[in-house]
Amino acid sequence: MILDLDRFVREGEPRWQELDAVLTRMEKHPYATVGVTDLERLHALYQRTSADLLRVRGLHSEARLRQYLESLVSRGYTAIHGVTDRKKASWFGWFLKDFPRAVRRQAGALALAMALFWGGSAVGAGLLVVMYEERETLFPFAGLATKPSERVKQETVERSKMVAERTGRFSAHLIQNNTRVAIFTFALGMTYGVGPTVLLFSNGVYLGAVAMDYVKDGQTMFLLGWLLPHGVIELPAIILAGQAAFLLTGALLPRGRRAPVGERLRAVFPDALAIMGGVAVMLVWAGIVEAFFSQYHEPVVPYTVKIAFGVVELGGLLAFLQLAGRDGE
Amino acid sequence: MASDGLEIRTPEGVPFTIPLAGAAARMMALIIDLLAIMAIVTTGLSVFRAFERLAPDVIGGAVTLVYFAVSTGYGIVMEILWNGQTLGKRLLGLRVMDQGARPARPAQLVIRNLLRPVDSLPALYLMGAASCWLTQHRQRLGDLAAGTVVVRTRVSVRGDWSQLGREKYNSLREHPALAARLRQRTAPELAGLALDAVLRREELTPEARVAVFGLLAGKLRGLVEFPAEAVEALSDEQYVRRAVEVLYSTSR
Repeated sequence: MILDLDRFVREGEPRWQELDAVLTRMEKHPYATVGVTDLERLHALYQRTSADLLRVRGLHSEARLRQYLESLVSRGYTAIHGVTDRKKASWFGWFLKDFPRAVRRQAGALALAMALFWGGSAVGAGLLVVMYEERETLFPFAGLATKPSERVKQETVERSKMVAERTGRFSAHLIQNNTRVAIFTFALGMTYGVGPTVLLFSNGVYLGAVAMDYVKDGQTMFLLGWLLPHGVIELPAIILAGQAAFLLTGALLPRGRRAPVGERLRAVFPDALAIMGGVAVMLVWAGIVEAFFSQYHEPVVPYTVKIAFGVVELGGLLAFLQLAGRDGE
Repeated sequence: MASDGLEIRTPEGVPFTIPLAGAAARMMALIIDLLAIMAIVTTGLSVFRAFERLAPDVIGGAVTLVYFAVSTGYGIVMEILWNGQTLGKRLLGLRVMDQGARPARPAQLVIRNLLRPVDSLPALYLMGAASCWLTQHRQRLGDLAAGTVVVRTRVSVRGDWSQLGREKYNSLREHPALAARLRQRTAPELAGLALDAVLRREELTPEARVAVFGLLAGKLRGLVEFPAEAVEALSDEQYVRRAVEVLYSTSR
C-alpha cells in the first residue's frame, strides 16, 4: 500500500494539533486533576496518532513527519502510562511505623552493619591495649594524642564556658556533618559493599581506641557522661545508614535470583528510604543533644545525670525500634 | 556502550525512541544548578546577616543548616516539583524520567539524588561519567539504582509538509490508468526512496543529484511506459518529482 501523504496529513493534522495542545497543558500542570472526559479524549487521540505513526514508519518516508508523530506518541505514552503518586504522605505515620518496620524487616543487613562497627570497636580497643606506647598512631586526629585526663581537665574548666556561647552553631554543624556522613555511607552501598564495610569498620576502630584510651586513663565516668547522651542515638544512626547501604549491596548481588538488577534495587527502595529518613531524624536529635547537653560537664551537669539520660534514650530507642508499628505488620 | 535513545514499545505495539541527554548537556545543567544553589545560599545568607546581631549563635546555626539543606535538597525538591527537572535541566531541555518512559516517582528522584556522592567519587563526577559512558542508557550510578534516565524533552514541532515539489501541471496525471498502474507496481521501498530524494534534493551536490535522479528515473520508467508526449522533454528529476506526486497523492 502506498500512502496518500497529502490526504494523510490533511486528515491527521487537526487531531495531532489537538493532542499537542492537550499534552502541553498536562505537562505544564503535571499534578492537576484531569477529568474522565478529557482522559478519554486524550486516549482516543493518542491511539489514533499511534496508528498514524505506524503507517508512516512502515513507509520509511518523510523523516520530519515521522519525528513529529513520534514526539507526540512518546509524550502521550508518558502522560497516559505515568501514574502520578497523589497519595498524601503521612510523616508521622511514616516515622512511627514504616521506619521501625523497615529496620526489623532487614535484620540481616542490620546485623552485618552492627558486626562491622562493633567488631571494629573491639579491634580498636584491643589494638590500643597492645600498642599503648604508640597509641597516637591509632587516632584520626592529632588532638587525641594528649592524655585523656589532661583533656578532661581542659574540657571541664574551659569548654563549658566556651560552648555555651556557640551551642546553636555547633549543633547545626554536628547535624549537617553527621547527616552528610550518613548519606555518604548509604551511597557507598553502590560500591558492592566495599565502601560501607571500610567506613563502618574504620570508624569502629577509632571509637574503640579512643574509648579504651579514656578507660585506661581512669576517665570512664567522663567518657560515659560525654558520649552517652548523643552517642546512643548518633552511633546507631550511622549503623542504620550502613544497614540501608547493605540493602543496596544485597540488591546488586544476584545471589541466584533471576530478576534484573534494576528490579532488585527497586524492591529494596521503600525500606532503604524509610531507614534513611529515620536516620535523618535521629541525627537531628543527636546534634541538638550533643551541642546543648553533652558538652556540659561536671560541675555544671553531674555525670550521673548525663549517663542516666543516655541510658533512658537508649532504652527508648531500642523499645521504639522493637515495638513501634507492630500492629498490622 | 551508550546508545543515543531510549527505545520503547507501547502496549499497542508502537515503537518509538526518546533521545537521551548527552554528557555535555548534563554537565552544563549541573553547572547551572550549582550556580543556582550558590545564588539561593548567597541570598539566604544576606537575609540572615541582617538579623545576626540579634542572636548571632542562632543565626550562625541557621546559616549552616540552610546551606546544607539547600545543597543537599535542591535536586530532590526541584525534580519533584518540576516533574523531573531542575533549573539547569529546564534551561537545557532535559528531564529525568523512569527508564520505562513514564514520569519518575518521588522515591526514584530521592534515591538518585541521595546517591550523588558516590557518583562524584573520586572527584569531578568521574565515577558518574564512567558509568554514563559504560551503560546502555547513559545512567550514572544514582540513575541505575533509581531506574531513571535523563532524556532530552521533546517538543512537537510541526513541519512544513508541502515540500513535495508539486508542479502546477503534471503530464503523468493526464493518463489515469497508467498512473494507477504506476502506483500498483511501485514497491513501497522504491516509493520511499524517490520521496526522500525529492524532499532532500537541495542537500545533494549537483553531480550526486544527477546520478540519484538518473537511477530512480530509470527504475520508475521501467515499471510503466507513459506515452512519449507525456514524458518527452522531462529531465530525470522532473520525471521522478511527477512520479512521486502521482504515488503520494490521489487528489487532483
